[in-house]
Amino acid sequence: MALINISSPHVQRPTRTADIMRLVIIATIPGLIAMTFFFGWGTLINVLLASLIALTCEAACLKARKRPLMFFLKDNSALLTAILLGLSLPPFAPWWVTGCAVFVAIVIAKHLYGGLGQNPFNPAMVGYALVLISFPIEMTRWTSPFELSGNSWDLLSFVDTFKIIFAGWSETLASNSYIDGYSGATPLDILKHRNGLTNEEVWQSSSVLANVGAWYAVSLAYFVGGIFLIYRKIFTWHAPITLLFTLTLISAIFFAIDPDTYADPLIHLTTGATMLGAFFIVTDPVSSATSNKGKIIFAAGIAILIYIVRTWGSYPDAMAFAVMLMNLSAPFIDQYTQPRSYGHARANKGLSSKGRS
Amino acid sequence: MATNYRELTINGLWKNNPALVQLLGLCPLLAVTASVVNALSLGIASMLVLIGSNFAVSLFRNFIPSAVRLPIYVMIIAALVTSIELAMQALTYELYLILGIFIPLIVTNCIIMGRAEAYAAKNTVTASLYDGFIMGLGFTIVLVLLGAIREILGAGTLFADMQLLFGPAAESWKIVLFVDYVGFLFAILPPGAFVGLGLLIAVKNWLDQSIDRRNRAKNNQPKTLQIQPLKSQP
Repeated sequence: MALINISSPHVQRPTRTADIMRLVIIATIPGLIAMTFFFGWGTLINVLLASLIALTCEAACLKARKRPLMFFLKDNSALLTAILLGLSLPPFAPWWVTGCAVFVAIVIAKHLYGGLGQNPFNPAMVGYALVLISFPIEMTRWTSPFELSGNSWDLLSFVDTFKIIFAGWSETLASNSYIDGYSGATPLDILKHRNGLTNEEVWQSSSVLANVGAWYAVSLAYFVGGIFLIYRKIFTWHAPITLLFTLTLISAIFFAIDPDTYADPLIHLTTGATMLGAFFIVTDPVSSATSNKGKIIFAAGIAILIYIVRTWGSYPDAMAFAVMLMNLSAPFIDQYTQPRSYGHARANKGLSSKGRS
Repeated sequence: MATNYRELTINGLWKNNPALVQLLGLCPLLAVTASVVNALSLGIASMLVLIGSNFAVSLFRNFIPSAVRLPIYVMIIAALVTSIELAMQALTYELYLILGIFIPLIVTNCIIMGRAEAYAAKNTVTASLYDGFIMGLGFTIVLVLLGAIREILGAGTLFADMQLLFGPAAESWKIVLFVDYVGFLFAILPPGAFVGLGLLIAVKNWLDQSIDRRNRAKNNQPKTLQIQPLKSQP
């Protein structure tokens, strides 16, 4: 992380936390545009609402903990957490779901553990997991991409989306009934609850999967943002590429064994939270493993857990759970993957009987 | 030896509270506190067992050989828990079904064994009875508090289903705090219990700290007041 003192050569100016966070926020913009383009205004409203709540919560926490207010508010970390949450919540999530997730992320997952740098879990994923298990109905009501309605530009209007988020689904539905046509399941949902159909039959029968291109495009947008961050050296390639590679490998093996029941690797890579998670969640410098070898093990573990839950678990996607479980094991991974430091014969890894020196 | 009942009370309810400070009996504490009625009934059941076991252990404390004292305590506690279980089966059958395995599990509640070993085996019968009562009360209060928090957050109600414990008259005790509440599943599920208990412990520690700070400030004040008149003397 940027806070580590770097020994010579002192050529570069060390990047500050605020700069890193700002670059990551900039890298989410293609994803945000794609989400708004394909799924309507909901994501944009969610992101703005989440940012507002996050900054308020952050300020309140800093005040209660008697920390300098502007110094920490300006480090953009709360803003990034809010944006990641806004992007991952369903576009029609009611305002209180967003509020609850952001409150838990900032207050409980971050500040109760001691603020930025001390949190063992990724705050955004804690908030997401909490609302996912608390409000299953609201969290599974995803939006259909716009092509579904036949006309190429038929998005739900800004005012209607606003109404759904703030007044509630049923109230808005009572006044204009056509809105119901805008809600739908996600591709992973369809592939999971397939009622015994084979892959081919599901693909032919489902209207959601006919528009799977929207999800491909959103994932591509996240991928572009992620590549930009690797190019700017915000994080190394180890975690995201390992995650994508491992997920591809496992899904390819199972797809090769039985192509009728297991979804193909492309679906696993391009739908759900894979791309967002691989580039924006798994690379969190605070809660992930530290060394390059550690990052590879960390990301591979997440990919395996994602595949297990998606295929045999009860939830259609598992990014939040997988990340939190591996966050828990990150200190353990670090313990065994310490690289050899200069001047020492061997790496100081694991628990040595001689004690640590 | 005179028993300091005031100190026993403070210990049981606050300073050495079984749930908040000793962190004993967490299994039932976390498992059954999804609503006030469950928490209260398990609290009362544990309290009765605690009073009974403290009474029996202190009564026989001079006859129990110390080499086999633990098996003897376990037998006493097990006998009492079995009676409580049978009594609940007879009197509050629905509650008995809801609490299920957690009634027999009172045997394994460390508070009961802990008080038998730490207090009842060394003190008189009346003091042990009082200690059992006050420790049980401290445990029950925390259970009910956690139950209330989780019921309010999880279901938006308070004192629902109290008729299971207090008879049909208690049916109207239910308070609906939020109409049309969607329900917050997290509070009812086990993780909610962990977070809730953690917050309760944090609040207790915070209160302790602020009381401590105020006491220190109060102790410092007279000193400065005493010094000042000395200074003003010509």
